[in-house]
Amino acid sequence: MSNIILRAEAINKQYRLGVIGTGTINNDLKRWWFKIRGKNDPFLKIGETNDRSKKGKSDYVWALKDINFEVKKGEVLGIIGKNGAGKSTLLKILSRVTAPTTGQIKTRGRIASLLEVGTGFHPEMTGRENIYLNGAILGMTKAEIKQKEAEIINFSGCERYIDTPVKRYSSGMKVRLAFAVAAHLEPDILVIDEVLAVGDAEFQKKAIGKMQDISKGEGRTVLFVSHNMAAVRSLCTRGMLIENGEISRIGNIDSIIENYLDRDSVRNKLNTGNRSGSGLVKVKDIIVTGNTNLMPPENGKPFKIIIKLDNIRQINSSQLRLDLKINDYMGQRVAWLSNYLADVDSVDNIQSIIFSMTNLNINEGTYYITTDLYVDKVRSDFLQNAISFDVINGDFYGNGRNIPIQESRILLNFNTQIVGKS
Amino acid sequence: MITQKEDDWLYTISSKRKLIDFNFKEIWQYRDLLLLFVKRDIITLYKQTILGPLWYIIQPLFTSVIFTLIFNKLGNINTGIVPAFLFNLAGISAWNYFKECLTGTSSTFTKNQSIFGKVYFPRVIMPMSITISNLLKFGIQILIFLGFYLYYLAIGKGIEMNILAFLFPVYVVMMALLGLGLGMIISSLTTKYRDLTVLVSFGVQLLMYVSAVPYPLAEAKLKFPALVATLVEYNPLTQIIEGFRYMLLNTGAFSWFGFAYTLVLSLFIFLFGLVIFNRTEKQFIDTV
Repeated sequence: MSNIILRAEAINKQYRLGVIGTGTINNDLKRWWFKIRGKNDPFLKIGETNDRSKKGKSDYVWALKDINFEVKKGEVLGIIGKNGAGKSTLLKILSRVTAPTTGQIKTRGRIASLLEVGTGFHPEMTGRENIYLNGAILGMTKAEIKQKEAEIINFSGCERYIDTPVKRYSSGMKVRLAFAVAAHLEPDILVIDEVLAVGDAEFQKKAIGKMQDISKGEGRTVLFVSHNMAAVRSLCTRGMLIENGEISRIGNIDSIIENYLDRDSVRNKLNTGNRSGSGLVKVKDIIVTGNTNLMPPENGKPFKIIIKLDNIRQINSSQLRLDLKINDYMGQRVAWLSNYLADVDSVDNIQSIIFSMTNLNINEGTYYITTDLYVDKVRSDFLQNAISFDVINGDFYGNGRNIPIQESRILLNFNTQIVGKS
Repeated sequence: MITQKEDDWLYTISSKRKLIDFNFKEIWQYRDLLLLFVKRDIITLYKQTILGPLWYIIQPLFTSVIFTLIFNKLGNINTGIVPAFLFNLAGISAWNYFKECLTGTSSTFTKNQSIFGKVYFPRVIMPMSITISNLLKFGIQILIFLGFYLYYLAIGKGIEMNILAFLFPVYVVMMALLGLGLGMIISSLTTKYRDLTVLVSFGVQLLMYVSAVPYPLAEAKLKFPALVATLVEYNPLTQIIEGFRYMLLNTGAFSWFGFAYTLVLSLFIFLFGLVIFNRTEKQFIDTV
């Protein structure tokens, strides 16, 4: 017995670098000459790693190397990795847009892919006509679309413009309509690439909700690629980390995300572009973490900011004052932290200051920390927007309900008492 | 839970290709898409034009007038009992259908790479839809032709249809197969070698002159050098255009040998095109 719906066996994919065109006939002829003599393709060199940032020797790269994995029915597999790691190439192979160079993928179900929303939309046709065309491109029959037409229009929220040509739509409306069509696909296996990075906040939420319904409620198998860790974590049950075209880990989604975020290249770096002060003591590094050292900050969960200092003169902590100013992405001040507010025993040769909370109470979004460091009341180091961090939604109120991002940055822990007429 | 056998897979994605691996069942599953593409081509072609579908009519009419002026009046090409204008109109309508099929399908891969790069459906749906939507255009042009035909009949020109007019649909199919087949071959090759797009744009123009469109084959045999005349005669398009005029206007030559030759050749080119197209569709997105 097996309930494996998809199996990838030793998938390899080779790409040619540089300009295709000049010299192709030459290479094609060489290939053909090797082939008829029964030799291996001279351009298939195996062994070099595919690192985007380093220069390789060969003109050909392996975008994917020896990919083996299995997906069970009803499983939601999140695929994560850096840009250029090979995630999209894998999805392209899965959705049969391109074939693997060697290896094979076996499947027991119909695969539909959502590598981009609105594929094949024709600007001159009306919204309704495009629903049919787009649906058919994605593999639905006319009867299926007709059955779901009302639902799709309703979900998109574009009812008023449905008989207007799509070229008159705003880009957001186009995306809404396109996602609505795609969300009503009913394949056995759904392959999704980063489509959530579009639309306004309300629609993104709606989209994630719909995806959750698809994967959890309807028991569909989903393969999901995204850089949005919050979305990946809330949707997926299992994760796969791809690095330089190879699978580096498969397993529980939380451990995969931790593993991924633990790389230097992912963590935000200190921005020292706007620095002033005497430089007596300097901020060396800032680390913002959530629940564990490797998790991103979530509201409602523990939170920690570690400021590492460059203290060559071995200054005592009582001489030093560090203010942290936290702004939101609009530049509005959200919070102010300082060791000045706390009564802590003095330490010789201070190396770092840690601010922590057990229950982070700011809303999801991106925030910027500005540091202001004083030694004996003289400014020593000022760093404007030294680092940014993202807070993800950790269900602060414990009931799945949130304050809309635009309404408030601060989440208050309040009691509600309802008083009736007695 | 139903136990499944270990190799009970629905399908396999791999790089292995059979020479002819044509999944007709799959194409049938996507028939709605085919029809929707045809619909899209038709309703969007002349959006935001004033004359709209009238362009379907204007184009062959004007070309016929110019051809009549240049080839028949200036060039003294003899079309016998048949009015030169009608002679040209028949040739141009047929030629246009072939040309539109060829040029339309020859850019399948390059024009649709954004769709093809994102979603899978049997790629052959695209050229097929082009061939079908052009059929409508052809139908309109044939109606125009019939209108003029009746007019010339009414003013007493001695024109008549041939008994073989029942072969008309076969000729249309042959044109479609030939246009589609050549188009698929060219579109497959253009994914790697773009030179062909340049070739197609002027090659089609030249091809018309060796396909007996503005002159009868008999004239070509009389006036062309022997080699060129043979070339023109064995051009399958000449056979189609000549046969077309023979059926509708009872002019020119027809032979069952020519008919069979053209039919076999167009079938062959079509199948050859399919094979090449199929080989290309799996990998083209990496080379296009």
